[in-house]
This record gives sequence, structure tokens and C-alpha cells, in this order.
Amino acid sequence: MGLFSRSKTHFVDSDVLVIGGGMAGCGATYEARHWGRDLKIVCVEKANIERSGAVAQGLYAINCYMGMQWDENQPEDRVRYARNDLMGLVREDLGYDMARHVDSTVHMFDKWGLPMMKDPESGRYLREGKWQIMIHGESYKPIVAEAARKAATEVYNRIMVTHLLMDEKKENRVAGAVGFNVRTGDFYVFRAKAVIVAAGGASHIFKPRAVGEGMGRTWYAPWSSASAYALPIEVGAKMTQMENRIVLTRFKDGYGPVGAYFLHLKTYTENAYGKEYESTWYEHTKGLVGDYIDMHPVPTCLRNHALLEEVKAGRGPIRMVTKEAFQDPHKETVGWENFLGMTIGQAVVWASQDIDPKHTNPELTTSEPYVMGSHATCSGAWASGPEDFAPDEYQWGYNRMLTVDGLFGAGDTIGGSAHKFSSGSYTEGRIAAKAAVKYIKDMGRDVPQVSEDEYQGLKKKIYKPLENYEVGRNQITGGTVSPSYIQPMQGLQRLEKIMDEYVGGISSHYMTNEPLLTRGLELLATLKEDLEQLGAEDLHQLQRAWELHHRLRASESVTHHTLFRKETRWPGYYYRGDHMKLDDEDWHCFTLSQYDRNTGDWELEKAPVYHIID
Amino acid sequence: MPTFVYMERCDGCGHCVDICPSDIMHIDKTYRRAINIEPNMCWECYSCVKACPQNAIDARGAADFAPLGHSVRTLREPEKGTISWKVKFRNGHEKNFVSPIRTTDWGSIPAPTELPPPSDEEFESQVLAHEPDALNIVGGVPTLTSDQFRKGVI
Ligand SMILES: Cc1cc2nc3c(=O)[nH]c(=O)nc-3n(C[C@H](O)[C@H](O)[C@H](O)COP(=O)(O)OP(=O)(O)OC[C@H]3O[C@@H](n4cnc5c(N)ncnc54)[C@H](O)[C@@H]3O)c2cc1C
Ligand code: SF4
Ligand code: SF4
Repeated sequence: MGLFSRSKTHFVDSDVLVIGGGMAGCGATYEARHWGRDLKIVCVEKANIERSGAVAQGLYAINCYMGMQWDENQPEDRVRYARNDLMGLVREDLGYDMARHVDSTVHMFDKWGLPMMKDPESGRYLREGKWQIMIHGESYKPIVAEAARKAATEVYNRIMVTHLLMDEKKENRVAGAVGFNVRTGDFYVFRAKAVIVAAGGASHIFKPRAVGEGMGRTWYAPWSSASAYALPIEVGAKMTQMENRIVLTRFKDGYGPVGAYFLHLKTYTENAYGKEYESTWYEHTKGLVGDYIDMHPVPTCLRNHALLEEVKAGRGPIRMVTKEAFQDPHKETVGWENFLGMTIGQAVVWASQDIDPKHTNPELTTSEPYVMGSHATCSGAWASGPEDFAPDEYQWGYNRMLTVDGLFGAGDTIGGSAHKFSSGSYTEGRIAAKAAVKYIKDMGRDVPQVSEDEYQGLKKKIYKPLENYEVGRNQITGGTVSPSYIQPMQGLQRLEKIMDEYVGGISSHYMTNEPLLTRGLELLATLKEDLEQLGAEDLHQLQRAWELHHRLRASESVTHHTLFRKETRWPGYYYRGDHMKLDDEDWHCFTLSQYDRNTGDWELEKAPVYHIID
Repeated sequence: MPTFVYMERCDGCGHCVDICPSDIMHIDKTYRRAINIEPNMCWECYSCVKACPQNAIDARGAADFAPLGHSVRTLREPEKGTISWKVKFRNGHEKNFVSPIRTTDWGSIPAPTELPPPSDEEFESQVLAHEPDALNIVGGVPTLTSDQFRKGVI
């Protein structure tokens, strides 16, 4: 028995275990209590649910609200919008299901005390665009966390979940999870009848644009560490659309969102010479993707594509024309408060570089790619759809259950259902929790058992980076260079470099091909071997070590998927140089993968896309 | 814009350690005051800045792209229900903003158990908590029939 595997072990039994207390996890915790009044509901979070996840600093808009009460939009409209934006490929059953419930979620937030902006004339929520409503959302996360704390039996903060546990009696059934307390170092074994993974998306898979101190100032939060993907992948859950990474057009260096600027402030873009450029790339883009360029609104990836082509043609930088709009003091206030409410770093960049958008049109750029399932992208786990209408191929059990029994997901975890955002992720957590309670009630007395061998084995593995460091550190006089271990940050930078150069990151203008991807997989394989020799100096670095393990597993999945789909479906997100055109004949389908933890092999297949008529 | 802590203001209370989503605010063992141990994993989310009772934490734009001489300060006052911001440019220019953060009392959200327990019929249907009422529409939760789906290219 190793040095650190003697840490104290705690056992926590629950009916529903929610992993990750972000938007989806808080929604799941709340709803699980409503349907499971007498159940034990446990939420486990690696940070503190008061300010965790992508909404830690707040939001200035709720990007998914139908407004069915005023007949502003219907769920069908949302499905059409998401389908257009993702170039035809979304799980329309999941999208419709989320959209039909999302208004009740938003009305709850309003009642709970989230300040909603209202249109002074109509009294309705103030629209930023067709789908977005504006909020003063600095305390969005504390409010949502308050409701979750009231609902949970227990909330465990500062526990990094590293692995899921499987039932020892029944194959392919989940039985809980393990992790460690980042403060005390204690080991936790969570035994549960149903598990909901709501651990958010993935940043720092690809090399970011910042080169030093600013590397954490990414668009998606640096703590979005791909656990939502690694946890299910490692127990054999099928994943979908992992190639569909997202690239965002954002204000330079601070990654300030552009939504309110385009939609509400009516600012627009131009090239370095003051010319509109998007329309000049129309024919070129049509040659790649055909009629998809004629969709309204123009898909997010295709707008990126035009920007990228314009910059490659030597007419960058692209700027947002703010000087006109910002003459209106109301609009100027909205422009600033938009950042102070959700991307404070952008205000800092502008203050430091004396960029006052009233006098200077600020630069835009495209971000490094991110992997997530709730924005204009749909990477994630393959989930069962709603019982009342999902097609047979999309339905094998309970709503939002993955292909592992008793394992559910929500928010960034779930693939195929783009454009959920904060409110839709919360709603999906609610949907998953009701289904999980049903699953538990139907289960009766045939409850899962965890095997001692399994969690003891994991315990040893989890603390190994501390031992690696302890032993290796004595070999050298000091410093960070060791022949026997690498540190988590060093491993992360290698991962980001591999993904950037081989899998379509910023330095190749998002271009890749089969030889590059194949080589990328070889390099990821040796990095995986080196991760056995990660050295962690303390518990903080131990958390970073496991975040890196999760990021690597997700990266492998992204690379396999990108290799499998032999077309360029989303130019502007990434390009397959060997298959530059969109190919609806062969690839109007979902890609599915499954990892075999015994052999380490990945299997890929296609799954059909169903469309709602019209 | 990673954070840093002013020596003479910090009293080592640990609020920032407790809240930082990135786990990078730690108490330095020698000085017993908070430090940012990993500035390149800071999102400048200001969660620690807002939580510090001594206003001891500030942010400085990341060295790889932000020139010195600016500041973005905030004061969050939960009891007043507001947050205030002061943005100071390198050239000395200033902008101030105030926004509401909550419209109800802190702690006032009812637990889901304060709702009447759901019926078996509701459990078997597609409604979620507070529905159908909270949808504010007539006709209940919308649905589709599976014959509306078709496979393939749009
Ligand atoms: C800059 C920015 C702007 C945005 N703007 C908007 C907007 O205007 N409107 C809108 O509606 N949406 C917006 N979004 C999107 C929205 O924030 C996300 O869609 C939503 O938060 C996703 O919810 P989630 O629960 O899946 O993930 P998250 O909310 O990120 O929650 C994931 C949780 O899991 C925890 N976790 C992760 N790994 C582990 C582990 N191993 N063990 C334990 N816990 C773990 C994390 O700490 C976190 O609390 C924005 C996001 C960003 C970053
Ligand atoms: S919250 Fe403020 S006073 Fe307390 S430890 Fe952190 S920096 Fe110091
Ligand atoms: S700004 Fe956010 S990420 Fe940075 S130290 Fe403070 S709480 Fe942590």
C-alpha cells in the first residue's frame, strides 16, 4: 500500500447522485427533490456551488426562452433554429423536449429573485434578440445554488470526482462514483442508485491564444475540465458529435461575447479597410456547403468562415463598429454592463489598452476550439429521448439516460442538443432528474453494489501522482525539470500543443487531415503513458492531474470522431483538408463512438438523423 | 487580469479560498495571508474580489496583453441588492456603473418540498415541477407524435 492511499475513506450512500453543481446540476438537484420527496439526494462539486461552473461570474442574458405565453416562439421554432445553425444535424427530439419546458424554468428564476429586464411598453421580458432575454445576472449562480441547497439532502463542495463505479452484479449498470476532497485529501466513495453527470464542458483542450499569464482568460471557464465526457466514456457510454468542437468570434484577448452587440446594440463588423466582407465570401462558401449558406440566420460556423477567409486574404483585423451605437448613452451603458455582468476580463483589456468603444472600433478574433454541448455546438453523450415521441432508435430507457443503465446526463454532458445555454441546461437537469427518480422507483430492491476491489484499486491510482512526486523529487536538487515525472501544467501544455497542431487548432487555421489526425493519435498515446508518471506536489496539483486525465480522454474522443467524419460539415469550426466539402449523401448522420476500457479500443459508427416535418 | 492581494489589507479570513472556482486562492503559510498560487489559471471571474470583506483583492490585466495603469474595481452589496463598478483607463478616464443583483430577500426561495406532493398521474406524465401552471399557457405541456419525424436530409 502506497504512501497516500492510507488517506481516510468516507462512504456516502444516496439514491440520486448529482456530479457537478453548475446550471444543469442545480436544476437536477432541485427537481429530484420535487419528485423524490423521501429520497436521499446528494450533489457533489469540485468547487463551491455558490460560484461554480460557466456562470460563476454571472450572465447578462438568458439565451433560451420561448415566450410561449405571448406566442413569441414555439418549441418547433427552436428546433428549426438549432438545426439550421448546426448544418442539419441535431437531436430534434431532445431539442424540442428542452424547449417545451424551458419557459417554466425561466419563470421560476424570475420568482426566485433574478432581476429580469422588462420592456416598459409591453411589460414582457426585454428581448436582446429573437431568443435571448436580458437580465441583471451577477447573482444568477448564487440564486440557483440557494434553491439547490434547499433541495439537496447534502451538498459536498471541493470534491473532485475522478471515476464512476460500476455495479458488480449487473453488467453495464452504474453504482456510484469516487473522488477526493481537495482540502483534506480524504477519499470519498459515493454509492448511488442513479447518477446524473452534469460536470460542464471543456476548455484547454486546444492551445489558447494567450501565451503566458493570460492563458486562463479563455472564453469558456478554465475549470471546465472535460469531466462530463471522461467520466461516461471510461465506463463505456456512447458519445456523439465529439468532432463538433466550437470556435467563437469574440472581442480580442478578453473574449467578450458579441451577442448583445449584434442583436441589441445593432453594431456590425467590417474589415481593416472599413468594408463589409461577409457577402464577398458567399459564392466561395456556397461551393463548400451548398444551400446551407442560404439559411437564416447564417449558421455560426459559416460566419466564422467568412471572417477567417477575410483575414487570410490579408484584410484583417476585423473590427466591430461600435462608434455609432455608443453615442447613445443607454446603449453605451448596456455595452459595458454586458461585460461587467459576465466577462469582466474584457472590460479590463479595454481599460488597459485605452479602448473606449465610443471612440475606437474594437478588434474581433476567433477563439481556440472548445468542446461542449450547450452552446452553438453539440458534443457529448448519446442519450435516450423523451418517452412520448422520440423515435425508436433514440429511445432505450429513461429520458436523458446514457447507454449505461442508471447513468444520466444534462447540460454540456449531453450531445446532439445544441443551443440550450444556461436556462436549457438547467431545464435538461430537471428532465434528467425526474427520469432518474422514475428509474429508482422502478428498480425496486434490485439495487447496485459497488465492489471493494474496484474502489480500492481506484484509490491507489488516484493518489499515485503525489507518490510520483515524493519519490522523484528526492532525485533532483530542485526546480521543475525531472527525468521521472512531469507536472500537470507541463502535461496540459503538451496536450494543447498536440491538439492545436494535429487536430485543427488556431495555428493551422483549424485545418487538419487524416495523416495529421493519425499522428495526433500516436502523440496522444505517448502522452497517456506519461500521465502515469504525473507528479503532484500537493492536493491542488492532484486536482490538476485528474483534470488533465479527463481532458486527455476527451481529446482522444474528439480526434477519433474527427477522423471518422470524412467531410467538412462545419467550415469555420474545423476543416478536413482531405475532404473539404460538406457531403450530405454520406454524412447526414450522427457519429457515435464507444471506448472499451478493457482493450483501450474505440469503435465508431453512424446513427440516423430524424427531422420534424417542414 | 489575474488577481493579487494587498498585504496590508488581508487578514487571512479565507473567504476567497472558499469561493474560488479555480482553487487558486490559498493562504500563504509564512505570511498567513491569501495569495493567487496559479495566476495563469485565473478567469478574472472576480468571485474572490466580491467575497473579500476587506476589499483586499484586486486584478491586474494579464501581462501578455494588458499594459499597466488600469483598474476595474467592484463593490457587491448583497443587503442593498446592488453591485457597483468603477472602470479606470490607462489614460485616467473613468466610468461608473451600478446594477441590481436580486429582487427578493436572500434565503427566501422556497424548498421544493413546500409545494404539494405530486400525484401519480403527474409522475407518469411529462410535466416538471410547477408545471403546467408555470408555463403560463393553456393546453398543458406541448407534445409531438412520432409520425412527425422522418429520417435523412432536410
Ligand atoms: C463567457 C460565457 C458567456 C455565456 N453567455 C451566456 C448567456 O448570455 N446566456 C446563456 O443562457 N448562457 C450563456 N453561457 C452558457 C452557459 O453558461 C452554459 O450553457 C451552462 O452553464 C452549461 O451548464 P452546465 O451545468 O452543463 O455546466 P456548468 O454550469 O459549467 O457546470 C458544471 C459544474 O461541474 C463542476 N465539475 C466539473 N468537473 C467536476 C468533477 N470532476 N467533479 C465535481 N464537479 C465537477 C464544475 O465545477 C461546475 O460547477 C455563457 C457561458 C460563458 C462561459
Ligand atoms: S477574503 Fe480577503 S481578507 Fe480574507 S483571506 Fe481572502 S484576501 Fe484576505
Ligand atoms: S478571479 Fe476568479 S478564478 Fe481568479 S482567483 Fe478570483 S475567484 Fe479565482
